[in-house]
Amino acid sequence: MTMIEALRSAMDVMLARDERVVIFGEDVGYFGGVFRCTQGLQKKYGEERVFDTPINESAIAGMAIGMAAQGMRPCAEIQFADYMYPAYDQITQEAARIRHRSNGDFTCPLTIRMPTGGGIYGGQTHSQSPEALFTHVAGLKVVQPSTPYDAKGLLIASIEDPDPVIFLEPKRLYNGPFDGDHTATSQGWAQHPAGDVPEEYYRIDLGKASVRREGAALTILAYGTMVFVAERAVRDTGVDAEIIDLRTLLPLDLETIRASVEKTGRCLVLHEATRTSGFGGELIAEVQEACFWHLEAPIVRVTGWDAPYPHAQEWDYFPGPKRAARGIARVMEA
Amino acid sequence: MAARKTTAKKPNVSGDELKQYYRDMLLIRRFEEKAGQLYGMGLIGGFCHLYIGQEAVVVGLEATAKENDKRITTYRDHGHMLACGMDPKGVMAELTGRQDGYSKGKGGSMHMFSKEKHFYGGHGIVGANVPLGAGLAFADKYRGNDNVTYTYFGDGAANQGQVYETFNMAALWQLPVVFVIENNQYAMGTSQERSTSTQDIYKRGEAFGIPGEMVDGMNVLSVKEAGEKAVAHCRAGKGPYILEIKTYRYRGHSMSDPAKYRTREEVQKMREERDPIEQARDMLLTGKHASEEDLKAIDKEIKEIVNASAEFAKDSPEPALDELWTDIYAKEVPQGEAV
Repeated sequence: MTMIEALRSAMDVMLARDERVVIFGEDVGYFGGVFRCTQGLQKKYGEERVFDTPINESAIAGMAIGMAAQGMRPCAEIQFADYMYPAYDQITQEAARIRHRSNGDFTCPLTIRMPTGGGIYGGQTHSQSPEALFTHVAGLKVVQPSTPYDAKGLLIASIEDPDPVIFLEPKRLYNGPFDGDHTATSQGWAQHPAGDVPEEYYRIDLGKASVRREGAALTILAYGTMVFVAERAVRDTGVDAEIIDLRTLLPLDLETIRASVEKTGRCLVLHEATRTSGFGGELIAEVQEACFWHLEAPIVRVTGWDAPYPHAQEWDYFPGPKRAARGIARVMEA
Repeated sequence: MAARKTTAKKPNVSGDELKQYYRDMLLIRRFEEKAGQLYGMGLIGGFCHLYIGQEAVVVGLEATAKENDKRITTYRDHGHMLACGMDPKGVMAELTGRQDGYSKGKGGSMHMFSKEKHFYGGHGIVGANVPLGAGLAFADKYRGNDNVTYTYFGDGAANQGQVYETFNMAALWQLPVVFVIENNQYAMGTSQERSTSTQDIYKRGEAFGIPGEMVDGMNVLSVKEAGEKAVAHCRAGKGPYILEIKTYRYRGHSMSDPAKYRTREEVQKMREERDPIEQARDMLLTGKHASEEDLKAIDKEIKEIVNASAEFAKDSPEPALDELWTDIYAKEVPQGEAV
């Protein structure tokens, strides 16, 4: 399966298993979603369970919160993460806090899916990586898969989760793995082992990172598209790195990270989002607090530049394998 | 206030004016066709929303504008830029992401601006430009002039909450803003019926005390006539006005949209029976305002302008790497020591 098919399969499975689940968003029903993630679901489950909304991000989030407070399991789509800002008020001040401020009377088991990240020439309003805006909010969970297999298992776990989950889908990975080399021929998921996705129900628990490559020389922390950039940079440099795909950013799997950094003594953090106040800053703080006495070199991060995502200079902006390799060299030489 | 439907009338403009509208619409049509070709050749990347079919809307309204009026629109913006007199070369070079584009390649198809032409941008986020339009109008009212702001948005954006927050404020403060709803009947892949509770969007202004009317957007003269009335209302200090202009886009929402949510016949019928450029052409010929030769000469002139813009956009250099960090702050703020 592609990641698109895997996500669709997760929603299909959950619609079939749990009648509390409904799927909605802009162009999601009749049209099947701009990235086709919900194609065919309205036909299969009807307009009552899979439906279109107007272009109203704020009300999409707000309605989902109301449904969730009533015990439904809404799974809403925001068409691009860049469109979520009108919904941010609802997500941060309503979804994230309703459990706390109602003393547990009302909860918010909702999932909001949104395509994130760059690499598709989307420019400044279709390429952003806003994960840190969500990880900063107590009460939310934040997930970002990097493979079809993980996408399905994590989305099912998100829909089943008793708390609000922001589910960020790296859209450059929808149709195949991407290591940051835009000049190479695109690859599909068919050749990748993680493209082998069962049709049936399975779940991958939130809060568990995945060690994508074991290694002894340094630990690379990445998520989404940057996992593949890390793999490529490791191949290019020949450094025996351990690559950890975080998968869930909040709650963070600090145990897996700690075990790895204690072993390697070195750490590199990668993300597409801008550097200042990016999630990398949080990761570095956690690692130095947990592993300070094991560190042999300063922790380095390779990120998007502190600039709006450009239209014309995407590949100067996107932190590709060359920059990741420079980051590896910097950590190793210290 | 009465909300009424406008019907197409006999030409109330001179032959020369009508010829100008024909020329302006044709420029948009040919420019967009060329942009579509360049997209197909890989010279334009990412998102690109063509205005083909909707030309009469912006050309008819620009015919009602005076010096120093403002305009702001959404991401289907190339037509607005050409109609207000921006240089096709600079627009095309922005589409190809080059140094000589209006935003030096930083903005792309959806984000271009011209201070000289009082064009306050294409905006990529649906509905987000509408409050900005009221702010532009506020500034003109504050300064005590009689300038008007044309604030364009689509039927999809018309369901955004911020549109209604803006309607209320614009009416409350009697701002000189014409809200132009370009109703092309499809919000990306979702038809108006699937997303909108009441079909006459212009009537929603009644709740705020804003007069409005429905306009035939396939006839440039109908648009101009309705625009004149709206603009006169605003210039007289009577506050905002809503024009819901029924139009149609022939192409997909963007270049990656196969437009499977409507039938081929529906598009074909609109092209054959309602095309704004063909209608203008008929009026020119039957009114004997232009001969076939005159129109051929216009065709030729437009073709040359569009071809020159495409050549310019291909030849213009890629922006320098430093451009990534210019115009983020007034003075450059140093980046952290990045790898």
